[in-house]
Amino acid sequence: MALKLEHVSKTVDGQLHIDDASLEFEPGSFNVLIGRTLSGKTSLMRLMAGLDRPSKGRVLMSGADVTGVPVRKRNVSMVYQQFINYPTLSVFENIASPLRQAGADKLEIERKVRQTAEMLHIEGFLDRYPLELSGGQQQRTAMARALVKDADLVLFDEPLVNLDYKLREELRQEMRELFRARRSIAVYATTEPNEALALGGTATVLHEGRVIQSGPTSEVYHRPAQMLSAELFSEPPINLLQGRVAANEVSFHDRMHFPLNADLRALGEAEYRFGIRPSHIGLVPTNDDDLEVSGIVELAEISGSETFLHVRNDHFSLVLHLQGVHDYAVDSPIRVYIPTHKLFVFDAAGQLAQAPARRA
Amino acid sequence: MTKVHDNRAWWLVLPVFLLVAFSAVLPMMTVVNYSVQDIFDASTRVFVGADWYRQILHDPRLHDSLLRQFIFSGCVLLIEIPLGIAVALTMPTRGRWASLCLIVMAIPLLIPWNVVGTIWQIFGRADIGLLGYSLRELGVDYNYASNTGDAWVTVLVMDVWHWTSLVALLCYSGLRAIPDAYYQAARIDRASSWAVFRYIQLPKLKSVLLIAVMLRFMDSFMIYTEPFVLTGGGPGNATTFLSQTLTKMAVGQFDLGPAAAFSLIYFLIILLVSWLFYTAMTHADQK
Amino acid sequence: MAEIRLQNLAHSYSPQPRQDADYAIREMDHVWEQGGAYALLGPSGCGKSTLLNIISGLLSPSEGKVLFDTREVNQLTPEQRNIAQVFQFPVVYDTMTVYENLAFPLRNQGVAQARITSKVHEIAEVLDLHPLLQRKARNLTADEKQKVSMGRGLVRDDVSAILFDEPLTVIDPHLKWKLRRKLKQIHEQFNITMIYVTHDQLEASTFADKIAVMHGGQIVQFGTPRELFERPEHTFVGFFVGSPGMNLIEVRAEEGGVGFGTLHLPLTKGLAAKLPELADKRLQIGIRPEFVQVTDEPGTGGMATEVVRVEDLGTYKILTLRLQGHLLKARLPEDQPVPRGEAWVGFPSQWLMLYADDRLVEERR
Repeated sequence: MALKLEHVSKTVDGQLHIDDASLEFEPGSFNVLIGRTLSGKTSLMRLMAGLDRPSKGRVLMSGADVTGVPVRKRNVSMVYQQFINYPTLSVFENIASPLRQAGADKLEIERKVRQTAEMLHIEGFLDRYPLELSGGQQQRTAMARALVKDADLVLFDEPLVNLDYKLREELRQEMRELFRARRSIAVYATTEPNEALALGGTATVLHEGRVIQSGPTSEVYHRPAQMLSAELFSEPPINLLQGRVAANEVSFHDRMHFPLNADLRALGEAEYRFGIRPSHIGLVPTNDDDLEVSGIVELAEISGSETFLHVRNDHFSLVLHLQGVHDYAVDSPIRVYIPTHKLFVFDAAGQLAQAPARRA
Repeated sequence: MTKVHDNRAWWLVLPVFLLVAFSAVLPMMTVVNYSVQDIFDASTRVFVGADWYRQILHDPRLHDSLLRQFIFSGCVLLIEIPLGIAVALTMPTRGRWASLCLIVMAIPLLIPWNVVGTIWQIFGRADIGLLGYSLRELGVDYNYASNTGDAWVTVLVMDVWHWTSLVALLCYSGLRAIPDAYYQAARIDRASSWAVFRYIQLPKLKSVLLIAVMLRFMDSFMIYTEPFVLTGGGPGNATTFLSQTLTKMAVGQFDLGPAAAFSLIYFLIILLVSWLFYTAMTHADQK
Repeated sequence: MAEIRLQNLAHSYSPQPRQDADYAIREMDHVWEQGGAYALLGPSGCGKSTLLNIISGLLSPSEGKVLFDTREVNQLTPEQRNIAQVFQFPVVYDTMTVYENLAFPLRNQGVAQARITSKVHEIAEVLDLHPLLQRKARNLTADEKQKVSMGRGLVRDDVSAILFDEPLTVIDPHLKWKLRRKLKQIHEQFNITMIYVTHDQLEASTFADKIAVMHGGQIVQFGTPRELFERPEHTFVGFFVGSPGMNLIEVRAEEGGVGFGTLHLPLTKGLAAKLPELADKRLQIGIRPEFVQVTDEPGTGGMATEVVRVEDLGTYKILTLRLQGHLLKARLPEDQPVPRGEAWVGFPSQWLMLYADDRLVEERR
């Protein structure tokens, strides 16, 4: 069962919530929708599910036009942020409810419920009530209910956002396992780039209702088609520097420039935005083509094993993501090195002009 | 959310639709019909166009009634809204006293309206009423049947007694919805109780108050039973409000034409003032 | 500014607590020094919010004492303790402007108008709220509202401590960065005692000088982010701090080291010497994924593993390896080539921890 959205738009009260979105998801795929809050992730998922009708465009499942078909008739399940369970039913009954609705027989229900509960590690809580369980267990119950009916399309709307950090890591892992063997399409919405990277599969970047980029997660991360894509998909945010490509060098302002290398020569003479990832800037020069930047330390944020260094000079603000602990006092002078072969180049319109070559 | 339509649902709605049509829409249309005709008796009627409307709008009885009605509704709102809020603020939120309080507050709302009128009618009498008797013993000259001022005060007090609970209960539920964190933050900021009321409670009560004001306005504007039972509209016309004037005209004098026109105008006045209230209160928000 | 001391502190919600399970906070002694930035880190239900409420005064502990600068404050309310608190969702006075919101606590204290103006402008400047001063609070975004909440705590001169209860929960990830930096800058500038409750170890690590990790109502370790990372004193700390958490493998004591499966892992002399006295305890070794050495050639002492999965997280990769039936995670930097199928791992002895009954075994010197 493949899912296809063709030029789907949704307008509510004169406001464009989804702007000409076209997407295609393969059966058995795990797809992440990433974007800021109010970027249209929930609206898009509701259109996929059939909870809302698009103002324009079509929704196709396995080639058949299901645009007008209500959600009840489609084989879809959804998991929400707020652990939604039937409070008066036991966990067993909660998970069994979609099967009972479909009219399955008692033995079948018993078997499937136990199987799904085991997959989600809640088989010990089947006769408890959702409100007696912890947040993580409630969300697992909601997920079990979504998975038990083997829907063609399973949608997750930021399901882990109300759980604590470690629990989120655990559940993310389990989710990937759960979907590995299935033919259903999973669509997962999140605001966190790291979560999208951890889940893998494909990633679709949304901004203000538009699809900015869609493709395998790794691809979208390493080759952002637009500056916006790079900004949204990176935590800490990617560093962007305004620069100009001239005859044989790139200059950032009167003092900082470096000679054009082979790849950059292909670019025309114009103003560009150069992007460098925080983890690529170093404290020592490691390559011949490293660009030296002097500045002062604004702040050193140290976690146990890594340091986020905020450096500033009169022209730029940079964030560095360093391995290990590097303690710098505020306002201390520092020199950092940008490997120019790792620069992303975006043209004036924000489109990717060039991405750094990747080595395996 | 645009639902995809399932046409079978219309069949379920049909019985209700017919009932509403029968009991409300058709009579309404009849009233419109009557308002443009002069009816002498069941079979003699003449089309008079907008004559009745013109007559009504110049009728001094109507003007007086309308004025009295506005004064009454105005007083009702001015007293009941602040009083209701004050009561809601003092009602306990936890424990068994909370449930007891809610029950006590609900009682006046459950009494049939003509019984309310009767209670106060007897209560205020100087010979057998507790209030009337006590006031007479204290030397106060109180007679709602002959003194206009006394009649007004009694009608107002009766309405306040009857309906303030509604405002109080609405505000109570509104207050319960305010998260604790706001009160804690206010304590930490060393805010006085007045500041807490003005900056936290009142703003959060806005939507509930809108409902309370609209309900109280509409109900008080249409009031009939209680003042009718209490004072009969007297002394003279002192407490004759719009609805009673209308009824006298329609039923008493059988002037169906003018009465019909009057009721439509009545309806439009309520609609207009409600709309003004609503717009004023929701726009104050969007400044 | 105050030093906050917790003495024999315990708290139970039930009137007659009998066993450990009845206690939300198990008995503890703890000092929060003046001017420090601290984090209370732990999963939901570990008691951190309860502890925060006891410190702030919203909750009175059932046992023990809370002391502010040697003065017992158990019965004092938050405003009497001069505590400022920032909650999970922004609490602002909707009908007031940003300026009035910030000025509110000072006005209530009767501070002179001129002083109010200067203080409000100072704080607004620090929090980047200057352009918004005349805006009505209800029209702000979530992160701007949170800054206003923080501002109200900072405006006062007499505040003893600012407590944060998971304040970045409703903030968009790309703005969390900015707010975290702000918090750190504020702390450096004003030197107020700050206690920050969170379940996110990265947030705790970047904000706090020292973190108290809570588990089951107790503080299992109190140390700098680096200490928590490099020398976790409890297996829970190893598990909870770091993404992914520490690898833990159950082992049995052997001559000169420990063993699991068919492998023997030698330990340093100091640790090996302690093995005999740990005979009846549950032994585990722990090593963080960041410290696992991975090579695609056997080399000396490398243990053979099977590569189960590789996850590309952009700036680094996570390898899941199977070693003698145990699943192990290793973290590789972006550019390191990933071995396929088979890999050999080593555990450098300086990063290999030994735990007995979940507690770190220290070397005998």
